[in-house]
Amino acid sequence: MATSSILLPLWLSFKLSVVTTGVLLVVGALLAHLLVYRSVPARSVVESLITLPMVLPPTVLGFYLLVVMGPKGTLGAAWQGLTGSSLLFTFTGIVIASIVYSLPFAVQPLKAAFARIDRRLLENAAVLGLSPMAIFFRVVVPNSLAGFTAASILVFLHTMGEFGTILMVGGSVPGETRVASIAIFEAVEALRYRDAWIMSLVLALTSFVFLIVVNRITGKDANAVAG
Amino acid sequence: MPLQADIRKRLNHFTLQVSLSCGAGRVLSIVGPSGAGKTTILRIIAGLDVPDEGGVTLGGTTWTDTAARVMVPTRRRGLGMVFQDFPLFPHLNVWKNVCFSAPDVSLARHLMERFGIWHLKDTRVDAVSGGERQRCAICQALARKPRLLLMDEPFSALDPLTRRKLREAFRAMKNELSIPILHVTHDIREALFLADEILPVVRGRVCHKWLLQFMLSAREGFSCTDAATGGDSELYEDIDLPVRIKEYMR
Repeated sequence: MATSSILLPLWLSFKLSVVTTGVLLVVGALLAHLLVYRSVPARSVVESLITLPMVLPPTVLGFYLLVVMGPKGTLGAAWQGLTGSSLLFTFTGIVIASIVYSLPFAVQPLKAAFARIDRRLLENAAVLGLSPMAIFFRVVVPNSLAGFTAASILVFLHTMGEFGTILMVGGSVPGETRVASIAIFEAVEALRYRDAWIMSLVLALTSFVFLIVVNRITGKDANAVAG
Repeated sequence: MPLQADIRKRLNHFTLQVSLSCGAGRVLSIVGPSGAGKTTILRIIAGLDVPDEGGVTLGGTTWTDTAARVMVPTRRRGLGMVFQDFPLFPHLNVWKNVCFSAPDVSLARHLMERFGIWHLKDTRVDAVSGGERQRCAICQALARKPRLLLMDEPFSALDPLTRRKLREAFRAMKNELSIPILHVTHDIREALFLADEILPVVRGRVCHKWLLQFMLSAREGFSCTDAATGGDSELYEDIDLPVRIKEYMR
């Protein structure tokens, strides 16, 4: 019982972080590509909307998501019409919330990485016959690996530590939406300090090890470029 | 397949208005001072820029026609282009850069051997010298068997000795290419060295008078090492001046 109350939230946090990171690398790359290489109408409005989750209190964002994803909200009603089930208090619901919450942490590093690529490289690739899609995969992505790495870490760790937004949208359903950060909060409330200690330590160590690995990878990249 | 271009484009300080043609196997050098609009001409021909008016055709194929709203994307023009400062792909080695869009790797190897960079095939492009990068850029452009070769100041970033070697290597090879070659430079003597025809462009317009003035100055002892054209007179002793320029100078 005690084991499941520790391992299950940790596993759920990990799963949520992996899914969110995977989705946001695709969505973030698409948005960053549009913002850097295409003319976007009302660019400042679009960029502000993307950055908004970074500055909003998580509970405010969670409240808006709760409204949109609820049975009477646009997204919630559409989802219910398609699947027959609610988005709230489900794993899918907290994945969507995490995607919105961590969106700027994926878009900003990717945007910076894309903007650093010499435009003439892209023109040279077009002259050499590559389609825009091929240019993206054969030139933009390989020359933005540091940006993709940074985006992955930020999104993964940010999602691992997410609390307010998930609590608003997902509540605390064991095995479904009770991620580690919520489980730690509940363990402390119930005076189960041992459980809180273990989960906090695992989260802290995971984040620390993750950062060391990433620093080594980016360090190697930097050395390769310098050499 | 001859190239024909008739283009007009409003730039910051003047309007570029140029007509040109270049036959297969010929080198047309567009020469003029910095900021004359030379690179813009190449970019319009490549489809990287759009003219306000005019068109570009290669053989019977229309690439750009503003009146008919035709704009063939750059990737479908079958070009080879050597950019100024040679933007090679930094994540690839020399071999992979040359083969980037080569349909035939044996041609890529042949070109690399001919330009003396085969021994660098496994080296990252950011670890080779400027001259080697330039050779790599030329091989990359030629390895895709282009229908038209565009060269934008291809030798200007090199030291004089490397520049001389590569100009000679290119001049030796140009007769084997049966495609139109457009070469842009601010160095008149480089144009005289490489070109079959010269198109002098000043502030967006064809200006033969400018070229003639230079040639007359040269005949009267104008220093060939002046800063405006940058170069070394001794490197050009073997220039065989095109007939028309000889006529101008007479």
